[in-house]
Amino acid sequence: MKFAAILLCVALPALAEIDLSGSWTSKNHEDNMERGAGPNPDDWAGLPFNESGRAKALGFSQSIISMPERICWFQTQWHIAAGPFSLKIWSENDPLTGRILSWVIGGWETRAPMTIWMDGRPHPSKNAPHDQTGFTTGSWNGDTLTAYTTHIKSGYMRRNGAASSDQATITTTFMRHGDMLTLALVMEDPVYLTEPYILTRSYLSTPTPVAVAGPPCIVGYEGVEEGRVPHYLPGKNPFIDEMDKIYHIPREASLGGAETMYPAFREKIKDKFVIPPKCTRNCGAPGF
Amino acid sequence: MIAIALPLAAQPPGGGRGGPPMIPKAAAPIDLTGYWVSIVTEDWRYRMVTPAPGDYQSVPMTPAAIKIADAWDPAKDEASGDQCKSYGAPALLRVPEHLHITWQDDQTLRMDTDAGKQTRLFHFGDWKNPESAPTLQGDSVAQWEIQRAGPRPVNGSLKVATSHLKAGYLRKNGVPYSENASLMEYYDLVKERNGDQLLVVTIVVTDPTYLREPFIISSHFKKLDGDAGWNPTACSARW
Repeated sequence: MKFAAILLCVALPALAEIDLSGSWTSKNHEDNMERGAGPNPDDWAGLPFNESGRAKALGFSQSIISMPERICWFQTQWHIAAGPFSLKIWSENDPLTGRILSWVIGGWETRAPMTIWMDGRPHPSKNAPHDQTGFTTGSWNGDTLTAYTTHIKSGYMRRNGAASSDQATITTTFMRHGDMLTLALVMEDPVYLTEPYILTRSYLSTPTPVAVAGPPCIVGYEGVEEGRVPHYLPGKNPFIDEMDKIYHIPREASLGGAETMYPAFREKIKDKFVIPPKCTRNCGAPGF
Repeated sequence: MIAIALPLAAQPPGGGRGGPPMIPKAAAPIDLTGYWVSIVTEDWRYRMVTPAPGDYQSVPMTPAAIKIADAWDPAKDEASGDQCKSYGAPALLRVPEHLHITWQDDQTLRMDTDAGKQTRLFHFGDWKNPESAPTLQGDSVAQWEIQRAGPRPVNGSLKVATSHLKAGYLRKNGVPYSENASLMEYYDLVKERNGDQLLVVTIVVTDPTYLREPFIISSHFKKLDGDAGWNPTACSARW
């Protein structure tokens, strides 16, 4: 009896929590194009950025990531939400007690795994260096794991120039239901956002192993001459009406802002929108 | 002291050993009631406006489904009184809208939407399908998934299985689901750091007729203090 009680102490977590370890296939049934090939260059609809965020996005030229110092710009922690990648999750345990010290998430292309510290350590000083992975701590609420990431380098919210600052934080909530895992990711950024930017993503448990890490992002020369920073000057972005041309989505919607996230915004564009006669590109099925 | 994490409970247990089962309303591990508003940050151009005919991005459609969708004709739907086909249970939580969730009685959670003026009923316990024709919102059976630390509930979610559906559209531009479709949903609450309460719904639509694999998405809503913004509008086949 005493032995059984000791076994229970060792084998069971102290509070309700659930095992997240394993390989998880990303189900890209939403935002499929945005997460794969990438968003349209002027599609910022539903993105709650402020005037600074919009101005930065409008000045963005895709060629900027050919610059050696910006070639890995996309690969911040937000890549887990904005990319199409499957996940590999495992725990690092204290070898003596078996206690989980951290959850580690790998599997997405060109960046290091994400470590979620579960041992109660504090976040570093606000003056500590920032990197693309940032610093993440986690805690359980029942079977729900909440991870909080700080100290991220400036990066992106959408791969069309919507930027995040080095003040951005990400809260990621892991909700497991049997063989299904849902992540809710909330980015807060006092520099470029007026409201939190929220995405949710779905994964299915798979027996097919997901690689722990993809090939790293390597800085290289791609032909951008020294001193040149690809950009568009204010008012000169040539793609500003592409969403209108392709999808009939008016500029006031494609330029984003918090109000474009809410149902009431539909009333503002209702009389300006006409259903396009036929999808002409990126139309999906079969095989999507 | 040993605090044991028990697996998700399918239904709330009795008030004590051998006691009667707790009523679902009293046993709720989370409070879903109140007003909620969609936050449309995903699939914007498929949800906030009507996508072009033939735009089926992201949906694992069968060839039969593509044939149906290619023949989409909103005028025909209007003429036959089917303008609510894109407001059925498998698509309803993708519609930009407000939700009002209340307890209809101790065993039934009710969800009303302003967009399309739809009502879903989530039945707990041993509720049985009445003998009737399939409907847009189908028959939904609900159960709490209660997360415990020892005997104490610490969190949870709502699992809803829906069947007996009338055929409809997953998207406004005619992407179909059939009467063979079924729906599984998980309702979770997430607290933001700014204090906002989010409702995250994981949605799995299975349809052997029109889907090559389960269609899996998740929608999120923000809790509101009251009914501000509640704006009941009729179904539309075009907008």
